[in-house]
Amino acid sequence: MFQQLAFYSLATLAIVAGLFVISGKNPISCAIALVVTLGSVAGLFVLLDAHFIATIQILVYAGAIMVLFVFVIMLLNLHPDEMGPPQISPLKMVGCALAGAGSILLMLKFVKVGGQFPAVPPEYGTIEAVSIKLFTDYLIPFEVISILLTTAVVGAVVVGKRDL
Amino acid sequence: MDYIDVLILLIKAVFVLAFLLQLLPLLIWGERKGAAYIQDRPGPNRADIFGIRLAGMVHTLTDVVKLLFKEDLTPKQVYQPFYKLAPMISMTVALITFIVVPFADDLVIAGKTIPLQMAQLNSGMLYVLAIGSLGVYGIMLAGWSSNNKYALIGGIRASAQMVSYEIPMSLAVAVMFLYFGSAQLDVIVRGQGANPLGWGFFSIPGFIAFIMFATASFAETNRLPFDLPEGESELVAGYHVEYSAVKFAMFFMAEYVNMIVAAGIIVTLFFGGYQIPFLSTTTLTSHAPLITKVAFLGGAAGMAALVVVAIRKYRPGHFGDSRDLEPLVVAGLLVGGALASVGLALIPDYTNPTMASIAGALLQFSIFTAKVLFFCWVFIWVRWTLPRFRYDQLMRLGWNYMLPIGFVNLFIAGVHVVLFPNGILNRLGLL
Amino acid sequence: MVSINQYLVLSAILFTLGVSGVLIRRNAIIVLMCIELMLNAVNLTFVAFARQHGQLDGHVVVFFVMAVAAAEAAVGLALVMALFRHKATVNLDQANLLKG
Repeated sequence: MFQQLAFYSLATLAIVAGLFVISGKNPISCAIALVVTLGSVAGLFVLLDAHFIATIQILVYAGAIMVLFVFVIMLLNLHPDEMGPPQISPLKMVGCALAGAGSILLMLKFVKVGGQFPAVPPEYGTIEAVSIKLFTDYLIPFEVISILLTTAVVGAVVVGKRDL
Repeated sequence: MDYIDVLILLIKAVFVLAFLLQLLPLLIWGERKGAAYIQDRPGPNRADIFGIRLAGMVHTLTDVVKLLFKEDLTPKQVYQPFYKLAPMISMTVALITFIVVPFADDLVIAGKTIPLQMAQLNSGMLYVLAIGSLGVYGIMLAGWSSNNKYALIGGIRASAQMVSYEIPMSLAVAVMFLYFGSAQLDVIVRGQGANPLGWGFFSIPGFIAFIMFATASFAETNRLPFDLPEGESELVAGYHVEYSAVKFAMFFMAEYVNMIVAAGIIVTLFFGGYQIPFLSTTTLTSHAPLITKVAFLGGAAGMAALVVVAIRKYRPGHFGDSRDLEPLVVAGLLVGGALASVGLALIPDYTNPTMASIAGALLQFSIFTAKVLFFCWVFIWVRWTLPRFRYDQLMRLGWNYMLPIGFVNLFIAGVHVVLFPNGILNRLGLL
Repeated sequence: MVSINQYLVLSAILFTLGVSGVLIRRNAIIVLMCIELMLNAVNLTFVAFARQHGQLDGHVVVFFVMAVAAAEAAVGLALVMALFRHKATVNLDQANLLKG
């Protein structure tokens, strides 16, 4: 009962904040709305017993990536969108509606099991369990990710430099 | 969860809030008096309540009253929603960081074990880092919404500084994760044990991690020498230049609460948290009658000595007004405290395991508070001793010096843990 | 009782919101933010399925997705800053030098 209440309130918050993201006039309003969305998704992760991933979501997404976004918006000193209302052509509307309907149908048809979640041991989703998985089965992707992050850092510095 | 658990949780929540908010006036007074004595001047000593001056503690109360009753104006050019939201974010984030810190070892009341930590999260210290990184938003939104060039520069500098110093902080914390094998703060404190040789700072990587974490906390809480975002002589108060009255009070309080939280985390990770040197929890609970008598009677004796000092300071007719009675009032309060101490020493029956557990928890909590206050004093001391860093020096320190040292430190700690896998002495490199 | 269907529908809705944002908005930074929204919807799906099967592979994949999202956000914002330096605007409709 508490689970249902928590799920529906977090889901509503995520969807409302998502609507603010795509329709906010001020770029910083969109950024803060996205932080709220990320926070509610982190709450949903906690409901799904994924404690490590929830903390990492707040730490990485809401605490670092979005800070970077807000920092860039402040640095570029973007004013509220002076480009007028977004020109939403009918083609785009149809496209978005089709995307929405298609994804929801796909989700509903795909999963045949509708019952409750199975019970999981208390070590599910803890740091120890996820890290054991990460360093045994997924060791090679882990090393590749570190190379990817290094490449991204170098790339960002090079692209963002004022004069090469 | 039956409703006793909910009640205990609520009591713990109230307790954490009370702890943070009650240490706040003490710290503000300590900052002012400490600053004054470091700068060789007497400091605030004028405000009084019916003649009781309390060496300047009343000034904090007058500050609060002034800030509450000041006109809460909102300038026209600010962006209203974020202008009002920013101090709330700062204060909330500062307050909720403290819920994972253990105040004392588990309390055993009538067979029921109550952990004295408000939330036993599995990702304990990661939660602290995550919530700490959310604190940047308060400052950035304050700087941006003020629609003021200086505030914007202050906000940008603050966010860059706080994000840059999160990395050395995380590397220092990772060293502690390696040594204690868990991210949960109560496991870390228990692993440190009562012997000070086992505390976090007493190994080379641990000591370097302590220095790095302390420096990074100065940067995270925007205290001098890293207080460029609110630099008073450079940026006209930086990101909170457009704030007045209660909103400014929230920023002001949030800074001190962040300081208490940073000191609390330093104490928990590196200095044994609530552990009393050489007295482990089992020692405390098994020898409870003797230890509590010694502690409380010793406290009573100390207060009695202070009563004698206070009475000797009583000079009738020196000031000619009600200030003369102040030593007597202080002496009266101390006599009350001494009698309460003696009462606590003699009346309860400490052979009962519940009372023994409560007494042990009280003693551990007091030493935790003493350690936290000591580190807050170190924060205040450094603030009034060191000059401010310039912005490029700050960035260079964080990225060019602390980051490589952090990585090398983590590597050494990793090698250390692999070579000597067990026990306290392994962290010293012995056996 | 909350079953996996609700989580999947929620992530479908969030994904749709992200796609609509990318199609409708013309501000480059907001488009990048909507991409992050899409990635979050996908993360939610992964974690929901991982919980359904009681395994942790989903969590590990989410970890990697977050790392990739961080890298992509950094490079994307560097690109936006370079664009802003050249054209003094972040409107994507005006970034059309290569248009035929």
